[in-house]
Amino acid sequence: MRRRSPWLWAAAIVAYAFLYVPLLIVVVYSFNDSRLNAEWVGFTLDWYRTLAHDEQMLRAAGNSLVIGIVASGVSTVLGTMAGLAMHRYRLRLLPILIFAPIAIPEILTGVSLLIFFVLLNFTLGLVSVALAHIAFCIGFVAIVVRARLAGMDETLTEAARDCGASPANAFRYVTLPLIMPGVIAGALMAFTLSIDDFVITFFTAGAGTVTLPLAIYSMIKIAVTPEVNAVSTLLMLLTLLLIIAAARLSPSLFRSQGDH
Amino acid sequence: MTARASKRLARWAVTAPPLLYLLVFFAAPTLIMVLASFRSPAEFGGLAPLVDEAGKLDLNVDSYVRFVTEPVFMRVFAKSAGYATVTTLFCLLLAYPLATLIASSGRKYRDLLLLLVILPFWSNFLIRIYAWMIILGPNAALAKLVNGTLALFGAPPVPLLFSGFAVLVCLVYVHLPFMVLPLYANLEKHDQALLDAAQDLGANAWQRFWRITFPLSLPGVYAGAALVFIPALGIFAIPDILGGPEDTLIGNLIKQQFLETRDWPFGSVLSIVLTVAALVLAGSAAWVARRGARRDA
Repeated sequence: MRRRSPWLWAAAIVAYAFLYVPLLIVVVYSFNDSRLNAEWVGFTLDWYRTLAHDEQMLRAAGNSLVIGIVASGVSTVLGTMAGLAMHRYRLRLLPILIFAPIAIPEILTGVSLLIFFVLLNFTLGLVSVALAHIAFCIGFVAIVVRARLAGMDETLTEAARDCGASPANAFRYVTLPLIMPGVIAGALMAFTLSIDDFVITFFTAGAGTVTLPLAIYSMIKIAVTPEVNAVSTLLMLLTLLLIIAAARLSPSLFRSQGDH
Repeated sequence: MTARASKRLARWAVTAPPLLYLLVFFAAPTLIMVLASFRSPAEFGGLAPLVDEAGKLDLNVDSYVRFVTEPVFMRVFAKSAGYATVTTLFCLLLAYPLATLIASSGRKYRDLLLLLVILPFWSNFLIRIYAWMIILGPNAALAKLVNGTLALFGAPPVPLLFSGFAVLVCLVYVHLPFMVLPLYANLEKHDQALLDAAQDLGANAWQRFWRITFPLSLPGVYAGAALVFIPALGIFAIPDILGGPEDTLIGNLIKQQFLETRDWPFGSVLSIVLTVAALVLAGSAAWVARRGARRDA
């Protein structure tokens, strides 16, 4: 290990504090017995109780959950196919379509889908949001699955084919079980991205449909109450659990070294 | 079925579904938007009919001309670029010590320290903006401290929230991980022997950093700068929530065109200019970084 100056430690601690103190404040104030997010008054669970009775927020959470499940389900199937295709074949168009939505500004994806749905007379709502989420989740799943395939012994699949398995059976009984951790990690990642997405949802949801991020947005734009802290804390907890699960299933995702 | 035909079938079975989906829900909308930028807005928003009553085709560059000739739009672009530049610089300043520390840590702690940088990135984007609403709020400790200090010098109080300052702090906050990761990936590969040799030859810590570590880290710096600058350029939620009336950036302008003014052609022009600018920047950053890497090799 190299020698490190105390200044380096000090600077790094400042940077870590910068990353974590804001989030901690949100969590701490969710238990604060005061309407103002200004100073600590006393402990309460009132904001969680308010949240449990907030019909609009619960509906938003339900919508987010449904969209998240559908979007992660479909994008996992399509993304796994894309990861497999990019690993096995030399393709031109597919890799561009996989990486482009990740590389271009999010707002472009949002507004172009808005034009697209409106021109097709497609009613904006849960379905349009789910379709949009699938489009941006496929790439992330594909990348995770391809990384998993890159670390896999492809001769196993070939052996299965030589022994007479059809391509479908070789995939079903050999490849799929081997890449399963990558597939599940991709699904969890897609679910997290979907449930957290604000920008693309903002443009494709239309007036009547509300997801959790949209509900949080209108609350902090109009009237901030510590109920926002409560819903934020729960959402952070959910995201944290999903990401830890994804990281355990596919360590290469979060490791400092290895194939990316 | 012959083996060859079955192979081709397998290839199509896995390639076609995702390809088709992305063609319909990504490529087609993007192309439609490019076309929309050459059309005229309808009276009540959206697009005018492609062929009008006189049978004239509605294709023009009016919206592009408007973007170039009305200086206010260029000013918004310049302002966005300025915010993104300042964000990139501050991210670099904060990320460098962090990446150095992680790169020089033992194997055991490296993954953990890195995970700690990535983790906040996975919490909801709006929550991270909201956190700064609390910290910078007029009744919070920070505002009281700042304005109390200002009062000592007889200066009038300043609002921290709904200001350019709030926008910049939050821009740095949400983009910091994007700078740390590529920088770390680069620093981790540096050869300690170079620094030892420099020390033996009498270079002090300052010289070792500026003559060896920093030049070698430039590919990582360029990659990080691109990853921060591009999303920062197109952001709309942060100025929308934390900014004052002065802090209208490109993202806010695009949102206005689509949801308020409903001038789709002009909104499309703004989105296309933003995307082209972002892609050109990303491309040149990649080019510079690759050239740097080749020179080092």
